Amino acid sequence: MMAVMFLLQTIRIAIPYLLAAAGGVMSERVGVIALGLEGLMLAGAFGAALGSYYGNSPWLGLIGALLAGALVTSVLAVATLRFKANQVVVGVAINLVVVAGTRFFLRLVFDSASNSPRVPGFGGEGIRNAMLASFVNPVVWIGLAALPVLGWVLYHTPFGLRVRAVGEKPEAAASLGVAVGPLRFKGLLIAGSLASLGGAYLALDQHQFTDGMTAGRGFIALAAVIFGRWEPVRVAVACVLFAAAETLQIQLQGAQLIPSQFVEMIPYLLTIIALAGVVGRSVAPAALGKTD
Amino acid sequence: MSTDTNTSVDRGILEAVLPPIVALCIAAVVGDLLILTFGEAPAAVFSLLVKGTWGNAYGIGQVLYKATTLACTGLAFALAARAGLFNVGAEGQLAAGGFGAAVMGLLLPAGVPALVAVPLCIAAAMLTGAGVGAVPGVLRARFGASEVIVTIMLNFIVLALLNWFVSARLHVPETLHTPGITAGTVPRLADAFVMFRGSAANFTLLFAVAAAVAAWWYLFHTRSGYELRAVGLQPDAAEYGGVRVPRVLLVTMALSGALAGLGGVNFVLGYKGYYEDGFAGGAGFLGIAVALVGRNHPIGILASALLFATLSQGGLAVNAVVPKQLTDILTAVVILAVATAVPEVQTQLRAAAARAASTLRSSRTEGVT
Repeated sequence: MMAVMFLLQTIRIAIPYLLAAAGGVMSERVGVIALGLEGLMLAGAFGAALGSYYGNSPWLGLIGALLAGALVTSVLAVATLRFKANQVVVGVAINLVVVAGTRFFLRLVFDSASNSPRVPGFGGEGIRNAMLASFVNPVVWIGLAALPVLGWVLYHTPFGLRVRAVGEKPEAAASLGVAVGPLRFKGLLIAGSLASLGGAYLALDQHQFTDGMTAGRGFIALAAVIFGRWEPVRVAVACVLFAAAETLQIQLQGAQLIPSQFVEMIPYLLTIIALAGVVGRSVAPAALGKTD
Repeated sequence: MSTDTNTSVDRGILEAVLPPIVALCIAAVVGDLLILTFGEAPAAVFSLLVKGTWGNAYGIGQVLYKATTLACTGLAFALAARAGLFNVGAEGQLAAGGFGAAVMGLLLPAGVPALVAVPLCIAAAMLTGAGVGAVPGVLRARFGASEVIVTIMLNFIVLALLNWFVSARLHVPETLHTPGITAGTVPRLADAFVMFRGSAANFTLLFAVAAAVAAWWYLFHTRSGYELRAVGLQPDAAEYGGVRVPRVLLVTMALSGALAGLGGVNFVLGYKGYYEDGFAGGAGFLGIAVALVGRNHPIGILASALLFATLSQGGLAVNAVVPKQLTDILTAVVILAVATAVPEVQTQLRAAAARAASTLRSSRTEGVT
């Protein structure tokens, strides 16, 4: 029973990572550095709260999240693809603008500095076990499917082939008739949608938006993308691994075996080690960061 | 490149100055729209912003205080950027620098004269910052690991480590700060100029200005500064020309970290007299904005630090009327707009120059991309 609860808790924590990391893989595979995942998630969480509150339905919350994600993605895409702005700078700015923007609109719409009112989430009221109840949520299943489906799309469809080509050798892809710009834009839109759903999961699961509620999850997802070497299945494993470490830390809270700060470091340390190539070098898509 | 030196100098200035101007115009429009959605009059809010910052000595003092930290993190980003490196880790380097200064200030016995204690504390801040900066430097130079990712990841590691220190090892109970330092306090500006009383502005300001001058001298008047810029412009050519590129990358990241670390002095030695968890508060990331608008030039960075400090302090000044996040949004809009305008202005100016050149001398072709 302990093991089952551990697994369920790990999956719950992993869902936003899985969704955002799927977005990260998509974005980096078309050549755009996924530094804005955190901002996209936070925008998604806010959009979900808005949609669910005004539409009185979590489904409208999901639509709100997708719209917010598309809005932020458009800014990102116009800056990096149309105007060739530096991707690192744009990524950092996107995160800043969403943090500040959600706070501004939190005050404008809900007249609060910290959180939205309670919003409808997905059901599960009939189920007594709270852990199981939280699985009556389509976003959980989208999250579990996202990376495997993305892996299939990347390696078994013409679209996936084009994405991989554009991420590795855009000139060659262009010479074979692939419209590189529009393909990158499509990829970014898919990435933004996935990441914003990750944020929507948080807001709908907690039945409210709270200021800065993504709390660095976008960066953990980015760490998972790199640690998983941009391969969807490996990335999914990395997300679950990071979530398991977090679950373990929550369950051991009373025991004080390792200070929580050291558990928090695990994803970042592993990623740096992977980048340095001590155990199997992580190599990024060749065209990453070069959209000019 | 153009052979006509006169127009090429003009174009250089235009390329440097136009993007920030365009960005500020865009930010002003966005600001107007946001203020209108909140049901307030833009002119009134902006005048409140100016009055609350440059309108009185306290406001000026606060702007100078914030600009001091921002100048340091801006210089840190710019120095690395000149070598083609993206140091997104100034946040962690800044916090580590502050912690280093506080530890030195705690280790020194009370009564050590300021002339000895302050330099020691500053050295500790810069060395700690340099240490944090050197990690991505080594990983980039030795293994080719992307410094963008390593610096971002390292921010989280450094901040978690410092949080652990301050919450478990070295704190005043019930708080997240260290005990007050026993030596190394930097005097407030108000100690010399009474009108600044109450503001956090302190003489770290002079160290930041000195750092800017030193960075300018280093970049444009020393051999290793020249090598740094050569690596930034064309690493392969630099290597062919005899520059040891990995060494330059490592030294640059360490220097960049040291500059960010110096920023920690402002809060720890100049303002509170102790290290407090989370004091960096995003100033490391804002350094990117400062460097961008300052066009990676030390003197431009001093001006741009004042601009962003004004926005930051201005947010507090208007908070009673519109949410203070208004100015945070504007800050991010300025970053986005400058990042977008820089390549665009470059392309347009070069295209214009090419058109002019081709009409004058149809035989000459320009290296336009």
